[in-house]
Amino acid sequence: MSAAIEFHEHEEEEDLPAWSLPAEAVDRIRLPVTLPDQVTREWAWGGSTGAGVRVCILDSGIELEHPLIGRVDRSVAVLRDEDDALQVVDDAEGDLCGHGTACAGVVRSLAPDVELTSVRVLGAGYKGGGETMLRGLTWAIEQQFQVVNMSLSTTRTKYVERLHELADRAYFKRVLLVASAHNMPVESFPWRFASVISVGSHEETDPLTFYYNPTPPVEFFGRGLDLDLAWLDGGTLRATGNSFATPHIAGICALILGKHPDLTPFQLKSVLYQTASNAKEAA
Amino acid sequence: MTDLEAAVAAGVLGADEAHRALLQATVEVARAIFGAKAASVFLLDEEADELVFEAVAGEGEGDLIGMRFPAGTGLAGWVLTTGEPLVVDDLSADTRWSRSAAESTGYVPKSMMAVPLLVEERALGVLSVLDRPAETKLRLAEVDLLGLFANQAAIALDLLQRARRARAALSGEGRLAPLARVAARLEEDERDTAFELLAALDRLLAETR
Repeated sequence: MSAAIEFHEHEEEEDLPAWSLPAEAVDRIRLPVTLPDQVTREWAWGGSTGAGVRVCILDSGIELEHPLIGRVDRSVAVLRDEDDALQVVDDAEGDLCGHGTACAGVVRSLAPDVELTSVRVLGAGYKGGGETMLRGLTWAIEQQFQVVNMSLSTTRTKYVERLHELADRAYFKRVLLVASAHNMPVESFPWRFASVISVGSHEETDPLTFYYNPTPPVEFFGRGLDLDLAWLDGGTLRATGNSFATPHIAGICALILGKHPDLTPFQLKSVLYQTASNAKEAA
Repeated sequence: MTDLEAAVAAGVLGADEAHRALLQATVEVARAIFGAKAASVFLLDEEADELVFEAVAGEGEGDLIGMRFPAGTGLAGWVLTTGEPLVVDDLSADTRWSRSAAESTGYVPKSMMAVPLLVEERALGVLSVLDRPAETKLRLAEVDLLGLFANQAAIALDLLQRARRARAALSGEGRLAPLARVAARLEEDERDTAFELLAALDRLLAETR
C-alpha cells in the first residue's frame, strides 16, 4: 500500500483545497481559462503542436531513436530490486515488444512537439504485472505528467480500489489518464472509472475524427482500425485495436493542453465533447 | 492402479478428454468463422510464467501442443499483459517476431488476431486466429466477435484446468488420493457400510460447525 502513503505526503504540500469559500477568497479561485460560448476545434487546438506538454506512455517502453518518434525525453522502467521491492529506475532497454513504441508514434504524429516519457511496466512476464502497473502509474502521477496514455487494463479486482484511488488522485492533480476500453464482455480497469478518459475504436481513417459516446462506460471513440504504427527496429506495422485508438485521443488532449495548459481534466473532457465529430454534426 | 482409483481417474480423465475436445472444437470453429489458416489457444502456466500451446486448428496442428514461451513476450504475451485485443496485419514487418515464430513453429503467419481469455477476473490464456483472408477488409465487428468467442474458449479452458486439478488431487501424491485408495481396497459388500460411515462423518461435521 505504498501508493496510498505517498498520496498523503503529497497532500500536505498544498494550501488548497479549502473546504468552504469565504467571500474575500473568491479571487483565489479565479479561473485561468474559461470556455468560450462556441468551443471550436480552432479555439481548442488550432496552431498547437503540443509544445510544452509532457506526455507519459505507460507501456512496454519506447524504442529510442525511432525515425517516427524522435526524441524520448526520459525512459524509466519499474523493476524489482534484490529485496523484491518495485523501483522506478532509469532504463536504456527501449521497447521489448513494440506496443509502447506504437502508442508513442501515434501521439507524436498528432502532437509533434510534446515531451515524451516512457514508463516501462510491461514485458517482464505476466506475474506481478498488476503491482508493476500500479507502481508505474503512481510514479507518473507524482511526476505530474499532463497526459498519461494507458493502453492496458486489468481484470483483477484486488487492484480496483487502489487503481480507483490513483485515478481520482490523477484527476485532482490535473494528470489526465487516457485509458483503453475493453471490447469484451468482462469488467476491466481503469477505463471504467469516470475520472479517466476511456477510448474505444471507430472505423474511419481521419486521425482527428473522434466521437463522444452519450451511453458510457466507453466515453470516446478514436481511430483504431488498420493503422500504420511505429514498430521495433525503426520499422512500422499495420495493426488494429483500442490500444492504438487511445493514443489518438491522448494526442488530441496534448494538442488542446498545448494551447490551454490550465484546463482541468473536467474542462478538458468538456472540450473533447464539444469538439467531437458527432457534436459538431449535431451543432 | 486399484479398481476404484482407476474408476475415479477414468471419470476425471474422461472429463479431461471431453474438455480438451471442447477446446479443440472451439479453435476449429474460430478458424472456420474467420476463414483463417489457423487458430490456437495458449494456456497461461502461472507457476512458470509461460504460455503453452493447448489447442491448435489448421497450420501447426499436432506439432505445437505443449510448446512454451515466456508469458510477457510475443504477440500473445502482449495481449495477455495488456489485457487488450490486438490485430496485426503484416507480421513479416516485425522481423524479430517472424524469425522467432519460424524457428519455433516452422510457420510464419502474415496476420494475427489475438484476444485474452478471461474467466471472471482471471486471465487463463490467449486465443489467436492466424491469416484471415487478406482480401477482405477487417471490420471492428470481427474483433468484437472474436471477443465474444474468446468468452466461450475461456470457459472450455477453465473446465479443462479444473478437470486436471481434480485428477491431480485424486491420483498419486494428491491430497484426496488416500480417499480413492481406501475406497478401492474395500470389497463390494463393504462399500455400502463405508459410504454410510462417510455420510455420518459428513453430518457430524455439518452439525459441529
